[in-house]
Amino acid sequence: MAVVFQRPKSLLDVPTHYCPGCTHGIIHRLICEVIDEMGIEGDTIGVCPVGCSVMAYDYFGCDMIEAPHGRAPAVATGVKRTNPDKFVFTYQGDGDLAAIGTAETVHSATRGENIVVIFVNNTTYGMTGGQMAPTTLPGQVTQTTPFGRDPKVQGYPIRVCEMLSTLDGVALAQRVAVDSVPHIREAKKAIRKAFENQRDKKGFSIVEVLSTCPTNWGLSPVEALERLRKDMIPYYPLGVYKDKGDGKND
Amino acid sequence: MVLERNLMKGNEALAEAAIRAGCRGFFGYPITPQTELSAYMAKKMAKAGGVFLQAESEIAAINMVLGAAASGVRAMTSSSSPGVSLKAEGISYMAGSDLPCVIINVQRGGPGLGGIQPSQADYWQATRAMGHGDFHILVYAPCSVQEMVDMVSKAFDTADKYRMPAMILADGLLGQMMEPVTFPEIKAKQPEKPWAANGHGGKRNHNIINSLYLKPEVLQKSVLERFERYEKVKMEESDAESYLADDAEIVVVAYGATARVAKSAVNSARAAGIKAGLLRPKTLWPFPEKQLKEACKNAKAVLCVEMSMGQMVDDVKLALSCSKPVHFFGRTGGVVPKPSEILEEIKKIGGAR
Repeated sequence: MAVVFQRPKSLLDVPTHYCPGCTHGIIHRLICEVIDEMGIEGDTIGVCPVGCSVMAYDYFGCDMIEAPHGRAPAVATGVKRTNPDKFVFTYQGDGDLAAIGTAETVHSATRGENIVVIFVNNTTYGMTGGQMAPTTLPGQVTQTTPFGRDPKVQGYPIRVCEMLSTLDGVALAQRVAVDSVPHIREAKKAIRKAFENQRDKKGFSIVEVLSTCPTNWGLSPVEALERLRKDMIPYYPLGVYKDKGDGKND
Repeated sequence: MVLERNLMKGNEALAEAAIRAGCRGFFGYPITPQTELSAYMAKKMAKAGGVFLQAESEIAAINMVLGAAASGVRAMTSSSSPGVSLKAEGISYMAGSDLPCVIINVQRGGPGLGGIQPSQADYWQATRAMGHGDFHILVYAPCSVQEMVDMVSKAFDTADKYRMPAMILADGLLGQMMEPVTFPEIKAKQPEKPWAANGHGGKRNHNIINSLYLKPEVLQKSVLERFERYEKVKMEESDAESYLADDAEIVVVAYGATARVAKSAVNSARAAGIKAGLLRPKTLWPFPEKQLKEACKNAKAVLCVEMSMGQMVDDVKLALSCSKPVHFFGRTGGVVPKPSEILEEIKKIGGAR
């Protein structure tokens, strides 16, 4: 019988610690499909910092480094600069990338570090139990905004792709979502483009993936996907914010 | 082959020595009084086929070192006291991930922003608490520009051998002074690092560089394994210089630049008929306990001299198990002790005839 669907080779056949209904699994799969299609597992080093992705070193088949909270782009810089022919990607959450690691994110981007950053935005600190993240939406209830995020008190969410798109070192800044089949296909194309940019030495590529956290949002997986569509996409519009290869932003 | 002698500033000699020791990743951030090191690397590292990068912060710099070291490359960062505090997180992660690297601390006065003059007030930080968790790093204490050169090479080798971070604990005086140096011949080969995360090439299972162990028993096991290694380090790597200590009744204990001042005081004491000697730790962790005990075998009293309020003096007392009176003389905040002041102390604690 012909095999029409199977696990990507570089996604290891092990149980994960992710909650049921969480979209990390989809994003892991997309990265691994790209790694397999490009045939680069043996030349790839992944960097996963503190957060829900912290144990991803057990799931990706390539060599893996676990980084301190927020420091993945600096760790990736160290690997990539001393191993320019290898592929290096980071896999970071919103608290990691846009709060504690803001400096590392902005400066690796502006240096044009030739790395891929996969940025999983689920508007919350998932691993520590659902606290306010830099991307938590106005009004969103979290453990540390029990009455909803009030911009007058906690400030406004950060739109990472928009912010980074102003930097000359950025080759690709694209926001995608994994709430529907068309969006998942779009997400994979963006991840593929990011890795191809690295192969072609174009510079820093970030793919922001709008993701869900049913557990900490207190929603069923289906409701969580609905919230992503209804609340997140209007605040974080999908699209390409910077693409050095599109001829518009070179 | 006659090796060339060069007149060099301490900070620049550290950089040249690192390049010759095979360092191929240097990541730094400007801070006085070590900045010449980065400036030298900026000029020379690319020519040696390595990477120099000025990081956006001390935190980023040590994490770039983490990344390079994780991929098996000899990597180094350098800073001065306040900057080293910022590196503490990364150093703890590197220790927990069994990653070798070299960290330079050209110490200045503290706490806080402190000053920019020489100090030895980071001894406790380097030897006791270079970050959170149960771990140690190797700590070398050079007292001349030549020794800075020799110790950089030694630090890289030893860090690789035991898979742990190593620190050169210098001070602003050593970093800024110029002395003639001879560089050792460049080593041809570095050790294999089969554990490195540099792409498995389909030839082995994936390597994981990690310091996370959620099961207490597993974490305990990893810490215990590391501490077994530390015992071996203590046995094999402690080092000290003993000067006129054999018959010494007063043994001065001092390291780094302070030891050179102390040596002058010991010579003056001898000239005055006082049997004084010097024990100069060259490694601060592991602390040279055996060498100290040996140097103090005929001592009636011990005088520890530091550019701090008294930090190494704790290790001196521990090593001697309070079997001898241990006195302390210190200058702090960037003030360097004078030979005459140390001589006075030697006389005061019982050397006067």
